[in-house]
Amino acid sequence: MIRFESVSKRYPDGTVAVDELDFVAPSGQITVLVGPSGCGKTTSLRMINRMIEPTAGRILIDDQDVTKVDAAQLRRGIGYVIQHAGLFPHRTIIDNVASVPYLLGTDKKQARARAMELIERVGLDPRFAKRYPSQLSGGQQQRVGVARALAADPPVMLMDEPFSAVDPVVRDQLQDEFLRLQSDLGKTIVFVTHDIDEAIKLGDQVAVLRVGGHLAQLATPAELLSRPVDEFVAGFVGRDRGYRALTFATVGELAVHDEQTVTMGAPVPSRADLDNWILVVDAANVPQGWLNLAELRPDHTTVTAEMLYRGGTLATQGGSLREALDACLSSPSGRGVVVDSDGTLLGSITAAEVLGLIEKRRPGAAAVTGSGSERR
Amino acid sequence: MIGEVFTWLNDPAHWKDTRFDTGIATQLAAHVRFCAFALLVALIIALPLGLVIGHTGRGKWLIAAANTLRALPTVGVLVLLTVIIAPHFYGRTDTGYLIPTEIVLIVLAIPSILSNTFAGVENVDPAVRDAAEGMGMTGKQVLLKVELPCSLPLIFSGFRSATLQVIATATIASYLPLGGLGRFIYDGLAQQDFPQMIGGGVLVAALALVADLLLYLVQRYTVSRGLTGRFSKKRLPDPRLASVTQAEVAAI
Repeated sequence: MIRFESVSKRYPDGTVAVDELDFVAPSGQITVLVGPSGCGKTTSLRMINRMIEPTAGRILIDDQDVTKVDAAQLRRGIGYVIQHAGLFPHRTIIDNVASVPYLLGTDKKQARARAMELIERVGLDPRFAKRYPSQLSGGQQQRVGVARALAADPPVMLMDEPFSAVDPVVRDQLQDEFLRLQSDLGKTIVFVTHDIDEAIKLGDQVAVLRVGGHLAQLATPAELLSRPVDEFVAGFVGRDRGYRALTFATVGELAVHDEQTVTMGAPVPSRADLDNWILVVDAANVPQGWLNLAELRPDHTTVTAEMLYRGGTLATQGGSLREALDACLSSPSGRGVVVDSDGTLLGSITAAEVLGLIEKRRPGAAAVTGSGSERR
Repeated sequence: MIGEVFTWLNDPAHWKDTRFDTGIATQLAAHVRFCAFALLVALIIALPLGLVIGHTGRGKWLIAAANTLRALPTVGVLVLLTVIIAPHFYGRTDTGYLIPTEIVLIVLAIPSILSNTFAGVENVDPAVRDAAEGMGMTGKQVLLKVELPCSLPLIFSGFRSATLQVIATATIASYLPLGGLGRFIYDGLAQQDFPQMIGGGVLVAALALVADLLLYLVQRYTVSRGLTGRFSKKRLPDPRLASVTQAEVAAI
C-alpha cells in the first residue's frame, strides 16, 4: 500500500507541481494517475521512489516513510518503467532485464535464468535475449522495460506512460498483456498516463488530477464515467463517456440468432437467407468476414479472402455491452457477430436487441455499477 | 625522388645506430615514447574530468577553456617553455627539453579527449539515465556502468584524433636537441638531404596510421555492439508484423 499524506511539491521559483495530495494506492491494485500535462502526475509518481523529493507531507510504502530509506536501496525494491523504456543500449536484452538483480548482488547465472524466464513471460521470443535494444521495435523494447522492472520481484511498480510511445495496435496488445500479467502477479502499481481511455482500461481506481497538482476525483473507472464530480472531470473523461461506460456493463448470455455461413474456399452460394450479406467462416468455424452477394462478379465462383469485408469487430459471449454494440455498428450487414471465448462462431445479434438490453438495465441501474472484476 | 626516399628507408644502415648517427629504430622508439607518455598523461587528466563534468553538468566552462587551448601556437609555446624551464637543468640530461615538449603535447591532446568525453556523457539518452537512477544505481554506478560505456565511441574518436595530432606534432621535439622521427625531417632540411627529410615524414605518417589501426582494434573489442550497430546479418522475423496480422484476422 502506498499512502500520500498531504504531499506537496513547490519549486523555488514558486511553481506548485503537486498541492496537498492525499490518496492511497491499495496493495495488489492498479492506481492510475491521469490528467492534462502540468497536473503533477509524473511528479507525484517520481516522489514515490524519490527521484523528486517532496517539499511537504509524507509518502508511506507499507507504513514506511520513503524519505527514511536510502534512495538507491529504496529504488531497488521498486519496479520502474518509463515512457521510452530507457534500456541500456550497450547491454544485451538479458543483461538489461537482469540489471536490478546484478545491483543487488545476485549471482550472475541465477540472475540470467530469472531474466530469461521474464523475457518469455512478457511475450518476447527467447532468441531476443542475446540481442541489443536497438535491434528491437518500440513495443518490444517496452516489454523488455516491463521485464526489467519485474526482475527483482518488487512488490511495488511505478509506471510512467509506459505505453504511450508505441502505435495504437501494439499499445492495445501491451495493455492486454499487462493486465494479464498483473492478474497473475498482483503488484501494487501506480501508473501515470495522459490518456483517459488507458486509465479506464487499466485502472482498478483512477485518480484524476487537475493542473496545479490537485486531486479532482479518485474513483473506479465505472464510477468516473457515470458520476464525474465536476465539469473538469466530466470534460476530461470525454464526450462519449455514456458509450464507454458500457465497457463495464455486462449481461449474462446474449441471445443470439443462428447465422447462415459459408466456408472459405467453398463455392459461392446463390442466395442468402436474410439479405445479400453472408458470413464467411474458416474450417474451424472462426468468422473471417462478410460476403456481399450483390457485388459478385461472374468469375467469383469460390469464396476467397479478397472478396471479404473485414471491417466488423467481434463480440465475445459474456463480454461487455460496448463490445456487443460495437460489433453490430461495425458490421456491414448490421448483424453483430458473437463468438465464444475460443473465437468460434455462436451467432449474431442486432443493434436493436443490444439497445433493448441497455434499456432494460436502466431502472435498476441508476449508476452503472461495475468493478474491475467485470472487466474483460 | 620517390625511389630515393625508398632507398633511404630501405637502407639497413639507416636503421641502426652508429657512433655518429642515431638510427631510425632508436628514433622511432623515442618518438613512440614521447607520444605515449603525453597521451597517457592527457588521458589521465581529461577522461575523469570529462566524465565528471558530463555527469554533474558542472564546470562546463572548463570544456570551453580547454578548447581555447587549441588556438595556442605549438612551436611558440614550446620555445617559451623551453626558455623558462631549460635553464633550471644542468648537465647532460635531456630533462630540460623533455618537460616543455611533453607539456606542449599534453596540452595538445587534452582538448579533444576532454570535449569528446564530455559530449559522450552528455549525449547519453536522458531516458537511459533516468532508468538507471530509477532502478537504484548510485551516481557512481550510473557513471561507470552506463554513462562511460555509452560514451566510449565518442571517447575513442577523441582519443584517436588526439593520437594523430600528437604523433604528427611530436616531430617538434627535434626542434630542441631531442630525438624522435622529427630528427630526420629537421636534419634532412638542414642538410638539403630531401630523401631523408621525406623519409622521416613518411615514417611519421606510417606510425600515425599504425597507431590509429591499433586503437581501432581496441575500440572494436571494447565498445558494445549495441552501440555500434554491428550485428550479424541473421534477422528475426519482426513479431510486430505478426501481431498486426493476428489483429487483422481477429477483426472481421
